[in-house]
Amino acid sequence: MTNEELRKKISEIVPQAVIEEQQYLTVSVEPKYFMTLMPKLKSDSDLALDYMFNVSGVDYGDALGVSYFLTSTKYGHTILVKQKTSDRTKPELETVCHIWKTAEFHEREIFDLYGITFKNHPDMRRIFLEDDWNGHPLRKDYVDEVNMILR
Amino acid sequence: MSENQIVTPPKDIDLDYQDYVINMGPQHPSTHGVMRFLLTLKGETVDNVQPHCGYIHRGIEKMTERLTYPQIVHLTDRLDYLSAHINNEAVCLCVENALQIEVPERVKYIRTIIDELNRIASHQLWWAAFGMDMGALTTFFYGLRDREYILDIFEETTGGRLIQSYNTPGGLMNDLHKDFQTKVKKFIKDFRKVLPEYDRLLTGNVIFTERSKGIGYISKEDAISYGVTGPSGRGSGFACDVRKIAPYSAYDKVQFKEALYTEGDTFARYKVRMDEMWESMNIIEQLIDNIPQGDYAAKMKAVIKLPVGEYYQRVEAARGEFGVHIISDGNKNPYRLKLRSPNFSNLSAINAMAKGHKIADLVAISGSLDLVIPDLDR
Amino acid sequence: MPFDIYDFSSFTGWIDASLRAAMSPFWTIFTEFVLLGVAFLAFYAVVGLLLVYAERRVCAFMQCRVGPNRVGPWGLFQTVADLIKLLFKELIHIKKADKILFNLAPFIVIIASFFALAAIPFAKGLHAVDLNIGLFYVMAVSSVGVVGILLAGWSSNSKYSLIGAMRSGAQIISYELSVGLSLLVIVVLAGTLQLSEIVELQRDGWFLFKGHLPAVIAFIIFLIASTAEINRGPFDLAEAESELTAGFHTEYSGIKFAFFFLAEYMNMFIVASIAATVFLGGWMPLHIGSWDGFNHIMDYIPPFVWYAGKTAVIIYIIMLFKWTFPRLRIDQLLTLEWKYLLPINLFNILLMAFLVLMGWHF
Repeated sequence: MTNEELRKKISEIVPQAVIEEQQYLTVSVEPKYFMTLMPKLKSDSDLALDYMFNVSGVDYGDALGVSYFLTSTKYGHTILVKQKTSDRTKPELETVCHIWKTAEFHEREIFDLYGITFKNHPDMRRIFLEDDWNGHPLRKDYVDEVNMILR
Repeated sequence: MSENQIVTPPKDIDLDYQDYVINMGPQHPSTHGVMRFLLTLKGETVDNVQPHCGYIHRGIEKMTERLTYPQIVHLTDRLDYLSAHINNEAVCLCVENALQIEVPERVKYIRTIIDELNRIASHQLWWAAFGMDMGALTTFFYGLRDREYILDIFEETTGGRLIQSYNTPGGLMNDLHKDFQTKVKKFIKDFRKVLPEYDRLLTGNVIFTERSKGIGYISKEDAISYGVTGPSGRGSGFACDVRKIAPYSAYDKVQFKEALYTEGDTFARYKVRMDEMWESMNIIEQLIDNIPQGDYAAKMKAVIKLPVGEYYQRVEAARGEFGVHIISDGNKNPYRLKLRSPNFSNLSAINAMAKGHKIADLVAISGSLDLVIPDLDR
Repeated sequence: MPFDIYDFSSFTGWIDASLRAAMSPFWTIFTEFVLLGVAFLAFYAVVGLLLVYAERRVCAFMQCRVGPNRVGPWGLFQTVADLIKLLFKELIHIKKADKILFNLAPFIVIIASFFALAAIPFAKGLHAVDLNIGLFYVMAVSSVGVVGILLAGWSSNSKYSLIGAMRSGAQIISYELSVGLSLLVIVVLAGTLQLSEIVELQRDGWFLFKGHLPAVIAFIIFLIASTAEINRGPFDLAEAESELTAGFHTEYSGIKFAFFFLAEYMNMFIVASIAATVFLGGWMPLHIGSWDGFNHIMDYIPPFVWYAGKTAVIIYIIMLFKWTFPRLRIDQLLTLEWKYLLPINLFNILLMAFLVLMGWHF
């Protein structure tokens, strides 16, 4: 599918989605529409985005976001889905790990490093750091006076 | 740990009164690094595997936010140290694509050749260690003996043996050593004779095939869903070779077969890697005599600043798809740099693979996934 | 016959006679026990060290390496240096381990291997006891070792040790059957359990050649099963280092570890000795039927050399196994025994009995 077709198809599923063309077709959705979009992306036979090759957590300063990189092993088209939450104290987003199993570990990583809790995730624990670690290191406001040298 | 402190298994495992919970690692010979598997056993049969990683989490992604792009390249060596050059290349390609710099043809050829040498070296070490996981200790010395030739070639040209840091945004650190081509050709000539020996020692062995066939099965659908890439994914028939899907450097100029097996077991993953070594030699042979003359690096500004935006670069590392996701705010250091490590996704499938097999099979399965822990932990 | 130059029974008889002349029968027996004990201890230590050295050399040869070559000529003292290191190492006490059993286990393992040495004929007239049930005795005492291994695994209070010990128990008890039955094939042929007589019966040809096919099958099965019984690769599941770190001796250090280590090599030596004695004629030189000239020349080579040579060849074969093959899995190991080796063995005994009945052997 070309980017035009993809854009059209996704707007049909979620008309509220903001779609830009960057390196990959970037689809930004509000968390409340997220779960209407994501299952369709895999199950729709024209989209068939079955392979999630990366999940990145991002701290935008005012908001915390997650970017999902999806590609289709059948057609070869690639999109980037983004969602953001502006709640920095108790951020909560929906999990996609029952759709793409690889998300289970990636979301645990994001929980560990950004503190975003994923609802309905089967095993929401820290993955790299100790269970009693204070704070979430990849946030921009994270301060560690011992291990970080601020210049 | 104090005497009275008892390690409690995670709550989500339903423990039967007969279950036997053991820690495999962090100090264990066959986890190949500081990796911990929390195993729930029924007798010798594995009921549940809980990977606990993070023992060498160095916060590389956080570190990169304070470093410039040429500095970041050197950090990526320390991820998957067995495919260091390929990791370097991912960052360099990402930066070059963001700046829309066309690197000289010579650079592309050299990068590709060293990528493939790196892949062979990595697979040799894997073969050596995999044999050892299976209890065939002799393979270790065969694999390491032949890997030494590649490391010598690297040392001459790049100055580094294990981690090279030969790439830099825009090109290479310096030109090839004058003996590079002759030595590579000699290595390939020799290794073509040695590789059948590997097969004779391990591949045809009855015990080995009995222990690897049908063990650790993962279907193609699951492999895609778990994001199991690289040789491990191709053992399940998942055509995930980034060199084919999205060619970079000089991969669009060479002919090679993507090794695909559909069995999805440990033996298939083994065969994929063995075939890849042959293919890598084919790729090098196609390029080694045709390295164009020219500069070894494009002209770059002293301070590299990426334009505002998001950039992603996929490359095929020795263990699977390695990705770099850079979000730039226009400064000389990235706003956010995410590294997609192949091992992290490969590891996530280990529970599905190992369930119902014996402990010895778990060792074989984790060996066939070829985990490199620093890459996993980042 | 030149053969008798090398007969040790006159030498041992002379010692016995002179001791009896000097002291009362009780003290004679006592002194002989002490002498034997000292001799065997020295023998044990020397053979153990040599075997460790040999293993390192064979392993290096297989792996395109040089092997030990720094301490002493050709690295001969490397193992001695290692032994000294092990002697000086700290004995780590495990909290919550069963102290008595934990300390007892290495001794049981090493004593079991010590016992078995007593019945082995090293040369004509050179054995400690010549029991009329020698083969049975060796079989019996060598399986005591598994008790030590099980105790070590159980008392260490370590999960890895326990798995190792359980594997080892299952393995040794299973393979004991095949070892016993494959030896029984030869016992059927020889008609005796006395080791000295078994050797004597091979004066005109080794049992391996005299017993036709069943003897060859028995020999191969014995090699496989005995490799498994002494916990060596490819059957080294009890201490599979890539799975269980070190299996049943994970928690042992210093000299107690050295005991396990030494016992493993001595068990290999004993197994090789038994194979050499029962199948390859022990100290008996290579004799071929009625070739008198050839037989006489062979007789000039001392029996002890024959014995040592045959044992060395079998040890070398067992070492090659370890350094070539990958390790089996526990279920495959038991499948191999119960589904393949044991039925073949039972059939083999029948076949041998039939051959003996019909008088078709040489």
